[in-house]
Amino acid sequence: MGFIWFWIVAVMLAAYVVLDGFDLGVGILHPVLARSESDRQIMLRSIGPVWDGNEVWLLAGGGTLYFAFPALYAAAFSGFYLALMIVLWLLILRGASIELRVHIDDPLWRSFFDALFFLSSALLAVFFGAALANVIRGVPLQADGYFFLPLWTNWRVGPKPGILDWYTVIGGVVALVALAVHGALYLAVKTEGELQERARTFVRRFWAVLFGITVVSLVATIAVRSDALANYSAFPLAYAVPVVVLGSLGGMLYFCRGKSDRKAFISSCIYLAAMLVGAAISLYPRLLPSSNDLGRDITVQNALSGPYALRVGLAWWAFGMVLALIYFVVVYRMFRGKVTLDGGGYGH
Amino acid sequence: MDALLLHRLHFAFTVTYHYLFPQLTMGLALLIVVLKTVALVRHNERYNEAARFWAKIFAINFLIGVVTGIPMEFQFGTNWAQFSRSTGGVIGQPLAMEGVFSFFLESAFLGLFLFGEKRLSPWAHWASAFLVFLGSWISGFFIIVTNAWMQHPVAYQVLPNGSFEVTSFWGLLMNPWALLQYAHNMSGAVITGSFVMCAVGAFYLLEKRFEEHARIFVRVGVIAGAISCVTQIFPTGDLHGRYLAKHQPAAIAAMEGLFSSQAGAPVVLMGQPNETTQSIDNPIVINNMLSFLIYGTTRAEVKGLDQFPRDQWPSPLPLLFYSYHIMAGLGTYFVALMLLAVFLLWRGTLFHTRWALWPLLLSFPLPYIANTAGWMTAEIGRQPWVVYGLIRTSDGYSKNVSAGNTLFTLLGFMGMYTVLSILFIVLVYRTVSEGPSTGVAPPLARLTPSQGA
Repeated sequence: MGFIWFWIVAVMLAAYVVLDGFDLGVGILHPVLARSESDRQIMLRSIGPVWDGNEVWLLAGGGTLYFAFPALYAAAFSGFYLALMIVLWLLILRGASIELRVHIDDPLWRSFFDALFFLSSALLAVFFGAALANVIRGVPLQADGYFFLPLWTNWRVGPKPGILDWYTVIGGVVALVALAVHGALYLAVKTEGELQERARTFVRRFWAVLFGITVVSLVATIAVRSDALANYSAFPLAYAVPVVVLGSLGGMLYFCRGKSDRKAFISSCIYLAAMLVGAAISLYPRLLPSSNDLGRDITVQNALSGPYALRVGLAWWAFGMVLALIYFVVVYRMFRGKVTLDGGGYGH
Repeated sequence: MDALLLHRLHFAFTVTYHYLFPQLTMGLALLIVVLKTVALVRHNERYNEAARFWAKIFAINFLIGVVTGIPMEFQFGTNWAQFSRSTGGVIGQPLAMEGVFSFFLESAFLGLFLFGEKRLSPWAHWASAFLVFLGSWISGFFIIVTNAWMQHPVAYQVLPNGSFEVTSFWGLLMNPWALLQYAHNMSGAVITGSFVMCAVGAFYLLEKRFEEHARIFVRVGVIAGAISCVTQIFPTGDLHGRYLAKHQPAAIAAMEGLFSSQAGAPVVLMGQPNETTQSIDNPIVINNMLSFLIYGTTRAEVKGLDQFPRDQWPSPLPLLFYSYHIMAGLGTYFVALMLLAVFLLWRGTLFHTRWALWPLLLSFPLPYIANTAGWMTAEIGRQPWVVYGLIRTSDGYSKNVSAGNTLFTLLGFMGMYTVLSILFIVLVYRTVSEGPSTGVAPPLARLTPSQGA
């Protein structure tokens, strides 16, 4: 049961990263790719009907985490207190900037929300990357199963780490670059003309950066957690995941050059999912490793809810997911095709 | 300031602010479905225009509700870690279900409802409005189930490590407390929606603008308002009060300011509880009324606070007393106002009776106050427990998060929400002063770029 719920939560969070990832990416690219008011509107419209639904994966994933692993939810959310609060503020500002911008047709009003949209999207990407890196690095768990991390200490991965140190900052940069490229590939699918061309150019330029930083992050992870590859040694088949990571990276560049935007975007989805699956394999059965005393790891076994709750949960979760997938198919079909500025916003 | 107080204030402030928005969206969602239904059945385009106007107000409120709602789900873990760890096996269930069953539904169909009118058939557009309504009411249900378990824990067992596990899924969802509280709460949300719709209608009528639409707003608002104001008191408030008296006797004693047990207990209409002298200063009372309300006979004995050890008294006690009295007093006023309005509507004079339109305009903030006061009554009444009878509030907060960090983020939220309030007021003011637009094309899709749900 623990194994199943570990992967349920992992898949929900991966769905969040892949889906909300592209609209975060559009936010990061907003000042980079948009040259005119109509570009800015098109970029916002490309994510308009879907960003809120994408963000629900974070809430549903968080709720499921609370339900399945209450001890982890309690320890991690209170321990990463400051970072989480900053994430909440960024989510508030970002939602407001996307939705409120349109209401008043005034250049200052719009510029203000454009800046807010960019800053909140970029910082969210950095914080999410750093959060994952924190989980991989581990935290100084106390005997009672709790911890508290300041935002930063001496930026070293040592006995007294902060939420931000050199390793977690690398994680943040990986997320920033990966989501920017992900967003650019989404825009290449959803737009036409010059904007689409600029999005493709961005991918070609930043692909090497993404490749480089991905390799650096993998090496750094092995340096920081000597046991990161333990599961891989035990199940060599798992090495397929890093191969998929490299393959999908290659696919992004190859398909983008060939102007097969949809395939390039799917490669990017696979890349993000494979990075997360790779991290999850490395963690299992730990949920939040201890950085000082190995006996204190929060694991699937010691954080799991009771068996009855989990059994019932499986039934409604499966039913709920089928419904959610139907909604997503309906919405994405409804708003499929290139974004244009005329009429209701969505032509075919 | 000690950490416990700050954690309480943190949650109280963020949840109170948050609930200003869902109470309107849940109420409006129902009224929008009513408007869309009338438009479809009677082929009356004015009702569609009215629905489009309210969809704009709905969208702004929904956005603020969503962004201020996300922190609520996180704060169980960030600020109430000990509580979350013990109870995740029970209330994690409804909270996760809210995300899976409600948020996906709402977010998907709100986009279709707001931006899809041109592409959808009238029935499909009606269906999207209905699904948004359904999503928001399901969401309310799961939150009430969560709160009801904290008020009145059922269907659980204690595990060896001291945490709680649910033993019956349906027992948890069908908690009698949850059903009563849900009926009372949703009726309260409809009151807010009705009063706001009435107020905008009354405003236009008094200003002699958009009168055709204004009459629709007032008519729908007054009828829905009269129904919901009555059901708020009877049966939902009455039943909920009796159940509360049975299961949280200390809470009802404190709400009523009943310091000592007595047969033929009075209802205090007004007064100031004095904890030192254990009496009510300047009381205005109706004798025997409380015994009658709870037990149906004026003779019955009602337990006073003297029956409970001091460390089980809800605190802060005067705030509980006032919250309850404000809620009940306003509830009574709502019934009087709405019955008067219904009477004038029936006589056909309401739309030009200015002395009646003025209170309909000015009363719209009051349901917000009444709903907030009602929730304060429930939540302070539960004290000193975070889970009634099982976990004390003082054992539930995150011991690892210091008072300094908590104050930092509390101030941060206050600043953030001040900014949101200003933006909200500006946008709603603009929407109301622009008024509903006539014509066939959906104004939302035509005038503003379609940017999301």
